[in-house]
Amino acid sequence: MSTARAMESGLDAGPILAVENLSRHFGRVRACEGVHFELHPGEVLGIVGESGSGKTTLLRCVSGRLAPTSGCVRFDVRNGGLKDVFELPERDRRRLQREEWGFVHQNPRDGLRMRVSAGANVAEPLMNLGDRHYGNMRARTVEWLSRVELELDRIDDNPRNFSGGMQQRIQIARNLIHAPRIVFMDEPTGGLDVSVQARLLDLLRDLVRRLGLAAIVVTHDLGVARLLADRLMVMKNGHVVETGLTDQVLDDPQHAYTQLLVSAVLQL
Amino acid sequence: MSTVANESSVDANAAASAGSDRAGLGKNFAPGLADYNYAYLDEQTKRMIRRATLKAVAIPGYQVPFGSREMPVPYGWGTGGIQLTASLIGPDDVFKCIDQGADDTTNAVSIRAFFGKVAGVQTTEDTRRASIIQTRHRIPEAPLAEGQTMVFQVPQPEPLRGLVPRETETRAMHAYEEYGTQYVSLYENVAKFGRIAATAGYPVLVDGRYVMSPSPIPKFDNPKLHRSPALMLFGAGREQRIYAIPPYTDVESLNFDDHPFEVQSWEETCALCSAEDSYMDEVVLDDAGRRMYVCSDSHYCAERRAAGHEGWAADDDSAKALLEGEA
Repeated sequence: MSTARAMESGLDAGPILAVENLSRHFGRVRACEGVHFELHPGEVLGIVGESGSGKTTLLRCVSGRLAPTSGCVRFDVRNGGLKDVFELPERDRRRLQREEWGFVHQNPRDGLRMRVSAGANVAEPLMNLGDRHYGNMRARTVEWLSRVELELDRIDDNPRNFSGGMQQRIQIARNLIHAPRIVFMDEPTGGLDVSVQARLLDLLRDLVRRLGLAAIVVTHDLGVARLLADRLMVMKNGHVVETGLTDQVLDDPQHAYTQLLVSAVLQL
Repeated sequence: MSTVANESSVDANAAASAGSDRAGLGKNFAPGLADYNYAYLDEQTKRMIRRATLKAVAIPGYQVPFGSREMPVPYGWGTGGIQLTASLIGPDDVFKCIDQGADDTTNAVSIRAFFGKVAGVQTTEDTRRASIIQTRHRIPEAPLAEGQTMVFQVPQPEPLRGLVPRETETRAMHAYEEYGTQYVSLYENVAKFGRIAATAGYPVLVDGRYVMSPSPIPKFDNPKLHRSPALMLFGAGREQRIYAIPPYTDVESLNFDDHPFEVQSWEETCALCSAEDSYMDEVVLDDAGRRMYVCSDSHYCAERRAAGHEGWAADDDSAKALLEGEA
């Protein structure tokens, strides 16, 4: 169903993001090697793999935060077609990252300003886009805090006074309020207890579907991948070993490593 | 270097150093200073600071790095301002120094005496007579004129620092005019207090380009920066930055569309000179909590009193006692 929707909205328009033959080495360590994929508008791509398999490095390269050793990342710039993100002038790349992309960090402390209130954190992307009307921004912040199910009377509390799960929800609101075209998520539910994880996943799935976002979700949790992703990429030792529709990869894994991964999940 | 010639104080200084005829200046010099160069700093350092200053004037609001020197006072006591003054001052200058608006505080008196000694210049408390005014926290109430130079002592030149700790990042933000983040602090203010409650170091946009911290002057003084006929120079010694607002430059205080910029106001007038238009300090008079408001600009207040203006404190015994105790 989700792929049908992705095809509807996406394929005519062409990919929003194209990664070609991307490699990133750290000295002798080959963190990513020859990665290739395309992402269409409205599509959610999951990247799974064990720890150290290069998922996060790949995400950092794709989101323009880390220059690849070779290969390119091309993004559909408005009115400009696909442009190599790393060939853009720094000013334009920073503008893309700020205005058209969102990045949800694994640890909310990395993605939030811990010294300013939750409300200001959520409103900041609007100020970056040039909004200079406090009342408008306040109203939209309230709207988004209620969308991520946070108590509105805590809007002016500092993030450090919220629980980990709540901080993560603040971070998600901050990364969606400016209607980005693509959102990168690095283990969005990592380190949260299971019940909070479930609610957060529910929320994320709902938002991603309703907003028709393109998203890349890095996770080592196959459950998260099953719930959120339309398509899966399985990584091992920096290589993509298997790609396909999520249900297909998880129900009928082809590569030996994927089979191991799937069979390793605890069944309750 | 035609720009140098246009600035009277730099010009005078150039003449002083080029002449290297220290005997000519010697008559103003206090004994025992023969081993010091004119105006304390060595000529190479002054030259370096003047270059940074010229660049700062050429790019209004841009923070120019410079090699700040050890000064005979600790960081935080105005080393940036002292270095700027030392590299600009010449024997013909008239020097005024204020701290929190007052000419008679320890720091102001010391710095004024310092330049009287090492540069042999005339010093004054009269704003209109001064050619260089070094200041901390205030811009004098008397209107400034062309040819005057304000030198601000700046503790933290980076307006974004409170939100963005990394220098590499703030430099990129200035370079690409990414100033949305600056409004986060204003947002916090309105969210917490219902209005923009920041009172000092209120960020301004200079010449439509660079966001700048006007040093810890009260926002009451921000409008005085806008299209001022005087040259405004800002020196941060510890942070090693010089920046400037050339004469007649647009300076706009940041605000929100629905929360416009406002300056402080007081319900009372000055207790000494009954001024209504100046920046007030609150002075507690006794243990019962009685208080009075007085002009923070001591020279402005004294001038008004000399002209016959009188506040209510003239008839009040405890206020009079306090003032006499001070004097």
